[in-house]
Amino acid sequence: MSPRQTRVVGFVAFAALVVFVAVLPAFISDFKARDYAYVGIYLIALLGLNILTGYTGQISLGHGAFMAIGGYTTAILMAGNEQFGGPISGGMKDLWTLPIAGIVTGLIGLAFGVPALRLSGLYLALATFAIAVAMPSTLRRFDEFTGGGTGIQLGGLPELTGSSANVDILGRSLTPNDWVYYLSWSIALLAFAIAWLVLRGRTGRAFRAVRDSEIAAMSSGVSLARYKTLAFGISATYAGVAGGLFAIATANVNPDSFPVALSIFLLVGIVVGGLGRLSGLVFGAIFVYFLPLWAQGHDLGSLLPGRIVSEAQKPGGAAVVFGVVLILAMFFLPNGVSGLFRRVGLAIASRRARSS
Amino acid sequence: MVVAAFSDFMQQIVSGLAAGGIYALLALALVIIHRSTGVINFAQGEMATLSAYIAWTLIAHHGWNYWLAFTATLAISFGGGVLIHRGVIRPVEQGSVLRIVIVTIGLLVAINGFIVWEWGGEPQLLQGPFGSSTYDLHGVVVSANDIGTILVAVAIVVLLWLLFRFTKIGLALRAAAVNPEEARLVGVRVTWMLALGWGLAATLGAVAGMLTAPAVFALDPNMMAPVLIYAFAAAVLGGIDSPIGAVVGGLLLGVLLNMLSYLSQYGAFGWFTEELRLPAALLIILGTLLVRPQGIFGKPEVKRV
Repeated sequence: MSPRQTRVVGFVAFAALVVFVAVLPAFISDFKARDYAYVGIYLIALLGLNILTGYTGQISLGHGAFMAIGGYTTAILMAGNEQFGGPISGGMKDLWTLPIAGIVTGLIGLAFGVPALRLSGLYLALATFAIAVAMPSTLRRFDEFTGGGTGIQLGGLPELTGSSANVDILGRSLTPNDWVYYLSWSIALLAFAIAWLVLRGRTGRAFRAVRDSEIAAMSSGVSLARYKTLAFGISATYAGVAGGLFAIATANVNPDSFPVALSIFLLVGIVVGGLGRLSGLVFGAIFVYFLPLWAQGHDLGSLLPGRIVSEAQKPGGAAVVFGVVLILAMFFLPNGVSGLFRRVGLAIASRRARSS
Repeated sequence: MVVAAFSDFMQQIVSGLAAGGIYALLALALVIIHRSTGVINFAQGEMATLSAYIAWTLIAHHGWNYWLAFTATLAISFGGGVLIHRGVIRPVEQGSVLRIVIVTIGLLVAINGFIVWEWGGEPQLLQGPFGSSTYDLHGVVVSANDIGTILVAVAIVVLLWLLFRFTKIGLALRAAAVNPEEARLVGVRVTWMLALGWGLAATLGAVAGMLTAPAVFALDPNMMAPVLIYAFAAAVLGGIDSPIGAVVGGLLLGVLLNMLSYLSQYGAFGWFTEELRLPAALLIILGTLLVRPQGIFGKPEVKRV
């Protein structure tokens, strides 16, 4: 396919996705809408992580920690932390906290990007992993800001849209679950479009150049410092918005909302979706959110043999599947689902070329 | 008062050395793997936990004697380490850093899941071989477990040093790590040496795991997650390619963290609480990497273009 055809296919696929997302709640139960809202939230975080790790080649095993910063920013702006002895009185409406959560986390990401310039490859992985592990206990320690181990409750607050009644928007009445779904997915689709715009141009080329060879990038005039910190900043902004949405969707934050496992799930998501590709990330997000449920026999999982389901229903079963999938993906599908699509597309194109 | 404070201080040093000994063993495992295969093994902690569970099963379910189970666990772990290298690591060893990191993270997740799946999430009791008695040495009360832990760690480090320094296989291991091409030319079977390195690392991890469970009074699936971070900090502090650095870094870190806890009780560093132990390790990692990336004992890396 020519680049132009690829772009047309991309537009059509994106439009189809928008329509699909818009009508989906009509076909699923109200309860399920909240599940899919989490898929949208994961998608935002995956887009951010893929910009950093997949496109720019900077490994982050600590993106859950950036989500934690966004989540806590949203929660503190809404509920305040005066009740724990902190300085912030809160009272901000949930929607308005999201841009602030993005900006605060983005600035912290930019700031972390500066020391990260001196860490390459394995060392960056190690440092970000340590951040993910240290985050929950740090949140516990500074309890006058964060509410310590119990965290911050948002349920029932007037600042939380739809916390008690349906939400009226554009002349329609949405259940709270549908509201969270549409909120997450509107932001996710916008985030997707922005990521695509950023990555297709000069900036995206510079990111890929840094990933493929730092020395070659440098010698063609790409400033490593500038683009690496920029990637950290953009990526953290995405994670911050996702974290803020996560706080709104769960109506509370506490240190265990953002465990190391979350950071690892995000890594699984971009690996399954495809490193350095955008289209597969939707599948990455679905996979990461639903795999534990599938493994236990929900939805698609009901097609699995009963023996496998009963084994996977034991605690830990889903984690084994996750780990094995990660390893196998590295062996057989280094480009994730997107790579699979591309291979299938190429095969079809070459067959058509031969038959014509 | 002063005397009480002093004996308290000495007690903290001893228990800091015991904790540091465990960090040193796990850090040594990381160093051996990094030197030979250039990989940072994020699954090292979970491999150690798995070993501890195997030991616990042998003792609690099959009624084995502690030291027999200890030895058997070391052998099983060694075999497991070799298998992991041959089966999982080798296929991606030549690939990008990202692939290797993801594979070891996959191992971490899978092994942790397997432990919960097989033994459940609730903590078990793996008793150490040294009992719970304490000794009073001129007013300084030390626990038998701390002393035993330090002695085992020292013995393991000495054995390892003897192996690397004075045996033919140790020489081959070093040769394969330093210069694989030339080692191959003189007849060293390099891939087997790398697998052996993984086996040794798994064995060291097994010792660390079996010593950690009695020290934290519970064997649970996430027991080694903080220990792994301390081991990372120790390895980075000492120099990720330096075995001596790993040992010194581990002991330093164990004592330092205990000192901070101790001093915070007496007013100095009052802001330091237990929750800050992990963030402190993180700061040591970041600080070392930024100020002296090769660590205390490492040689600066020279990159050839």
